[in-house]
Amino acid sequence: MRPDKLIRIAMRSIARTKMRSMLTALGIIIGVGAVIVMVAIGHGAKSRIEQSIQNLGTNMVVITPGTSASGGVSRGAGSFNRLTTDDAEKLQRESMLLSEVTPVIMTFSRVRGGGGNWRAPIYGVAPNFQDIRDWGMASGQFIGAADLRARRKVCVLGATVAENLFPEQDPVGQEVILRGVPFDVIGVLEDKGQTADGSDQDDMVIAPWTTIQDRLAGRQFIAQILGSAWSPDDVEAAMDEAAAIMRESHELGDWEEDDFTVRNQADLAEAATGTTEVMTLLLAAIAGISLLVGGIGIMNIMLVSVTERTREIGIRMAIGARPGDVLTQFLVEAVVLSVLGGLLGVGLGYAGSWVVDYLTGWPTVIDATTVALALGFSASVGIFFGFWPARKAAALSPIDALRFE
Amino acid sequence: MNERDVIRIEGLTRTYVMGTNQVHALAGIDLTVSAGEMVAVMGASGSGKSTLMNMIGCLDQPTSGSYELDGEQVADLGRNRLADLRNRRLGFVFQGFNLLSRTSAQENVELPLLYDRSGRGGDSASRARRALERVGLGDRTGHLPNELSGGQQQRVAIARALVTEPSLLLADEPTGNLDTRTSIEVLALFQELNDQGLTVVMVTHEKEIARYAKRIVELRDGLIVRDVPVHDRGHAAADLGRIMEGAA
Ligand SMILES: Nc1ncnc2c1ncn2[C@@H]1O[C@H](COP(=O)(O)OP(=O)(O)OP(=O)(O)O)[C@@H](O)[C@H]1O
Ligand SMILES: [Mg+2]
Repeated sequence: MRPDKLIRIAMRSIARTKMRSMLTALGIIIGVGAVIVMVAIGHGAKSRIEQSIQNLGTNMVVITPGTSASGGVSRGAGSFNRLTTDDAEKLQRESMLLSEVTPVIMTFSRVRGGGGNWRAPIYGVAPNFQDIRDWGMASGQFIGAADLRARRKVCVLGATVAENLFPEQDPVGQEVILRGVPFDVIGVLEDKGQTADGSDQDDMVIAPWTTIQDRLAGRQFIAQILGSAWSPDDVEAAMDEAAAIMRESHELGDWEEDDFTVRNQADLAEAATGTTEVMTLLLAAIAGISLLVGGIGIMNIMLVSVTERTREIGIRMAIGARPGDVLTQFLVEAVVLSVLGGLLGVGLGYAGSWVVDYLTGWPTVIDATTVALALGFSASVGIFFGFWPARKAAALSPIDALRFE
Repeated sequence: MNERDVIRIEGLTRTYVMGTNQVHALAGIDLTVSAGEMVAVMGASGSGKSTLMNMIGCLDQPTSGSYELDGEQVADLGRNRLADLRNRRLGFVFQGFNLLSRTSAQENVELPLLYDRSGRGGDSASRARRALERVGLGDRTGHLPNELSGGQQQRVAIARALVTEPSLLLADEPTGNLDTRTSIEVLALFQELNDQGLTVVMVTHEKEIARYAKRIVELRDGLIVRDVPVHDRGHAAADLGRIMEGAA
């Protein structure tokens, strides 16, 4: 039979029982809607993380203490944090492929100034930190080479710190006190917003690492070393070179594992998006189950419908419907129902994502692939779960169907 | 037997097996119906009339015997060919109308055309409308079955049977659910169609209805016990006119 006639027959059948059809498709509507909202949330989180890593600068190389190999030989606690400012200086001196290197010393302190009081992370870095991170200034200037050499007590405030301590005035030229040590504020960083995991990138105070080491941290070991390759193409080679220099600096024998980890932005992105991918998959799986349940709902109603409509099937057969026509009619009905349900579900998904976005502020991203997959899947659900009832209907003998009470 | 035999049945039996005992609903039927005949099948309840109609209508398969429809051995045909046969050569009218509920008169009549794969004759909607006009329901095309009287519903069913222009109209107690006047209306329609060349086989309990046919076949216990032509054939349209005058 011609497909347009088939679809017409199926559409008429569905239109005749609008309420029931709606209820039948409800499972699919909710299932598809759930899949789309869940995946949209997952994708939203992922894209936010990717974007914040994009902000790190593509040339960046990060060295952190500790081996990257998990389940390696356990080592004493003392040997664990083995990054020093000497490593950073050696890298800066010897590396051909890294244009800039800075140690990053991290500590926390209460910051007092402008009559206010704020607890923030303190970063001790070299002047080239600004180039590596590619961060701009809102006012004043970044710490300079002279500040580093002279271990001057100067600092740059993140936007959050500046706002909290000096809401009314420009902090540049003012004084803040970190653990009893007065620092001159020489600059304020540009507002950079939150990272994907919600940490505030503007909540920090930056000072020369020499000063921080002398006055605050007072310890040899540092949180990380940041480097910047000359160009994005050099990043891989620069990482190898940095690793070799680090091994030399740490005097590691050939048999010893690296006691540090060198990563680039892609690695960071992978680590961060890896977790969101797992989350997306998990959410999609949960939503997929509801889609499956929706499909079983369709099968249920179609089975009931075959029994209920046995007389109708008999009438159709008596006036010339072939068994194949009856089979296709029921199959097409199931597919039309589930595809209509799928389309409504897509609408629901869009609405749901918007509501999530509106209520929680989580960004949601709906991509065409998800929509296409959800629709394709709901059509398959229709075919799969519609087939059995359809075959049952087609197998009826005309006279038995007609005489059915 | 001549070339224009529509139905040729020989030694036809149909046995229902109910557990251990068997019911011989048809116990050996020989029947030939030629083109242009109008046959009334009569008999007591349970005598096998409906069973015979279902055989003729290719809705059920005989236990034994042979049945040729328009010269074609029905026993040799598969389910698809049988469906096509029902679609093109046969029109059914049932006692209980058997219209699709919540489906307009027009759509009900259109239904057989949707299953017509011969590719004949164009616009199914206008053909359905013409069939409805032919049974006098041209102004009821959009009505649902539950918005029509019994007689009107039966006329929709007749339009549905006619729309594919079959060679044989089968009616199992078509007037069983109708009052006398509406019954005569339906018979007037059958006579008119028969005059135009359609072969009609109908089952009826009532002698007054059977006398509108040209031939009466009587069944008892699955056998034909009487097969006679009708001598004083009634003219349903004329009778209807008289009833109308009487009422006026
Ligand atoms: N599906 C069936 N299973 C078992 N026996 C059946 C079946 N259909 C009909 N019979 C039996 O076959 C016989 C003939 O039935 P049929 O329906 O042909 O009678 P009928 O002449 O049409 O009667 P009525 O005038 O009451 O409609 C009956 O004895 C009936 O019990
Ligand atoms: Mg009967």
